[in-house]
Amino acid sequence: MALDKMLVVGAALFCCGLYTILTRRNAVAVLMGVELVLNAANINFVAFSHYVSRMIGGQIFAVFVIVLAAAEAAVALAIFLRLFATTGTVEVDTADHLRG
Amino acid sequence: MKGPVDLVFYVLAAVTVGSAILVATLPNIIYAAVALLFAFFGVAGLYILVSADFLAATQVLVYVGGILVLIMFAVFLSSRISSVELSNPVHFRLPAAAICLALFGVLAHTAVSPAFIPKPQVTYQPTTAEIGELLMTRYLLPFEVASVLLLAALIGAALLSRPDRPDIPRPDMEEP
Repeated sequence: MALDKMLVVGAALFCCGLYTILTRRNAVAVLMGVELVLNAANINFVAFSHYVSRMIGGQIFAVFVIVLAAAEAAVALAIFLRLFATTGTVEVDTADHLRG
Repeated sequence: MKGPVDLVFYVLAAVTVGSAILVATLPNIIYAAVALLFAFFGVAGLYILVSADFLAATQVLVYVGGILVLIMFAVFLSSRISSVELSNPVHFRLPAAAICLALFGVLAHTAVSPAFIPKPQVTYQPTTAEIGELLMTRYLLPFEVASVLLLAALIGAALLSRPDRPDIPRPDMEEP
């Protein structure tokens, strides 16, 4: 187990998240993809912090990423609930009211 | 770093990546949320393997205990249970798969390139005390900004999710 294996795992996780974001039309599922991408970034931060850097800054950065993910999830789900109350669905395709 | 540690790593990596693939492909969104649970647990195990014990505990507490429960609530509140499979149609499968596989190839090729020079001695030690000390000294400003951001997200989420009731007059805050 070395740096490159951890990075490959992070890359696989990132690609799964990207595929989820690209293919799903349910907004909650898109949010799951975003969480996968954030986890992939965290794996890279922690792996580099452990194997390359002498400092622990990568782990601090990962802590802040987790904080941001929590805040983002709370606000996003509140928006989804409003979207569902307004349009009766959470498909991202239906939220195009701002289009001229 | 031989033998059992490698085996544990491969098991955790298989759980994480397999669950992530299930999240991306399962048609039922509730099953996808359960797969996301296993992906989060796998990532927490990987954190422990690279000596990030505090981060692993945070991952389990925040992601599994908080974000996943929020996602489950959103799934149950925003779709009819009977039509939960129909609420999750999938488009653009082939181009998206092509893009993701190509990107994975590029990223994996970069990961195994010799550009990153690992340090010779890898140490394993508890990190919680050091993280706490750094959060209170060197990273104090981001820490405080994160607290303000969390407060803003809390108020914003409460305000956004409150239902509109036009029949009830809203109490006016301006006048006594």
